[in-house]
Amino acid sequence: MKELIIISGKGGTGKTSLIAAFASLAHNKVLCDADVDAADLHLIMAPNIVRRADFISGHTAVIDTGQCSQCGKCLDLCRFGAISDEYNVNPLDCEGCGVCVYYCPEKAIEFPENTCGEWFRSDTRFGPMVHARLAIAAENSGKLVTLVRQESKKLANEKNLNLIFTDGPPGVGCPVIAAIGGASAVLVVAEPTISGVHDMQRVVQLTGHFKVPAMVCVNKFDLNPDQTRNIENFAKNEGLSAVGRIPFDPIFTKAMVQGRTIIEYNGESKAGQAVKAIWHTLSRKLGL
Amino acid sequence: MADAAAVSAREWRRPAAEGWARAAGAERVREFEGVRGAVQACSADSRNDLIDTDFGMIISIASGKGGTGKTTVATNLARSVGFDVQLLDCDVEEPNAHLFIHPSFEETEPVFIPVPKVDESQCTFCGKCAEICQFKAIAVVNETVLVFEELCHSCGGCRVVCPQGAIREGRRKLGDIQKGHHNAIECIYGRLRVGEAMSPPLIKKVRSYQNPEKLTIIDAPPGTSCPVIASMKEADFVVLVTEPTPFGLHDLKLAVGAVQALNIPCGLVVNRSDMGDNSVREYAQQKGLSILMEIPFNRKIAVAYSRGQMLVDVLPEWKDKFLGLYNQIELLAKH
Repeated sequence: MKELIIISGKGGTGKTSLIAAFASLAHNKVLCDADVDAADLHLIMAPNIVRRADFISGHTAVIDTGQCSQCGKCLDLCRFGAISDEYNVNPLDCEGCGVCVYYCPEKAIEFPENTCGEWFRSDTRFGPMVHARLAIAAENSGKLVTLVRQESKKLANEKNLNLIFTDGPPGVGCPVIAAIGGASAVLVVAEPTISGVHDMQRVVQLTGHFKVPAMVCVNKFDLNPDQTRNIENFAKNEGLSAVGRIPFDPIFTKAMVQGRTIIEYNGESKAGQAVKAIWHTLSRKLGL
Repeated sequence: MADAAAVSAREWRRPAAEGWARAAGAERVREFEGVRGAVQACSADSRNDLIDTDFGMIISIASGKGGTGKTTVATNLARSVGFDVQLLDCDVEEPNAHLFIHPSFEETEPVFIPVPKVDESQCTFCGKCAEICQFKAIAVVNETVLVFEELCHSCGGCRVVCPQGAIREGRRKLGDIQKGHHNAIECIYGRLRVGEAMSPPLIKKVRSYQNPEKLTIIDAPPGTSCPVIASMKEADFVVLVTEPTPFGLHDLKLAVGAVQALNIPCGLVVNRSDMGDNSVREYAQQKGLSILMEIPFNRKIAVAYSRGQMLVDVLPEWKDKFLGLYNQIELLAKH
């Protein structure tokens, strides 16, 4: 089974539009939206939810003020400043370490599990999909990323599908690390801007750090051909393949507004053809 | 050891920067203060003093979706206000503001968080440390204690619970903080070490440099989870930068939810406002959110951005518009 993850470092370079386009080109695959913080793939895929489950992860301390003797032990021990002088826990500050719970002499601190979101198994016009919604301001997005990837693999096994397309999160932190570990390949979608180059370099470093094979493509390449060459040269120097260039094209936005992939919207457009060419190269490199 | 914690607890409201400056020190008590300082980077007390003045306002520039133009708004706003301003880049995973501001960097500071170091010669392998750890960062297997530093959240529980005093605190590097200036802009940003997962403590550290004498503009990371909350908390106003597309709208709704959870007034900037549809405007109207500024798509702006040029330098008429944005924020933040 092959698992291709799309990441970018910088947000808004076109990860989701690109993976949606690949979804309309490839066969026998499972779609996975691992950008659980701001999941958008479902807006194009219009999934029919088949199964829904809570994502339960971590704990939050809750002080029963009736039992509390206000001894101050928890205030002394909490390193996250989560307990107020009135002995209330601010759930946004509570790290869920449980040190206060362990040491409370009155046993006045409850430690319930958190429901941090939900995840779904769905059907779409392009095949099955696993996606999730992290609760607003919730923690543990990395764990939810790991969960949706595991569920995608299970689903692929059950349905005998040999490919998983995963839409990854932006950045280089916890959710991205959770998204790329053990992947067959990572495609970095870069944009030819000064920030795009900077962020692409960091995310390529990250793939190197975790020894995940990576490839690079450039979206909106014609906005700055010099920066496009910088990206491709950087990729080559790092031993990665540059697998293609996509021109700036408002059809990405037009397709999105209609809830369609750019291949569905206009596969013969310049951008559509560029995406097809990239998919052709990718499928060869993935050995499909 | 609990005594050490008690001493520091009485002082935990001391200014964060002071606390953290000592965090690298070996002394346990001070390490405790250091962590508290970072986490408490901007205490409610210090913030209340700020609202009374025109200067100490904290404006956080956020968005749900990435790539909507947070950095464009943050940097151009900082350039346009015309007085001393702090620009804190809290997108520590991918900091970009400095690429546009070009500050001359004066100082680089490594940032660490405490992680346990076990002295096995004193350890009885009782397993209490593994029992208290909620993050599976420490395990006792036969006569060995394994520490998984990258999983450690630095709560200090293992050190406090160890009956032998066999655990002291070492440190793990989170990343660096860079500080510099360009004209009236003081630019401070964090850069997460590649391979490090935890950004919120580094964000809190960046925010510990907030100067209550100055206007502070924060460039936040995308999303709606813990790093974003750390970048918006205790701001006086949040500007949500969005684009009028289905993705933009969907992620904007999440971001508005996060801002409301923190009970901070907010307003919108719609970027590439002439591409897409009208749904963001309809949503704003429905929710009573002010659209403070619209930036239409302009290839000249996009190309200038790609080169690292600022909007107000390429199209100087935008300077007044950003000043107008600031004036609107100032009014809205106080009501």
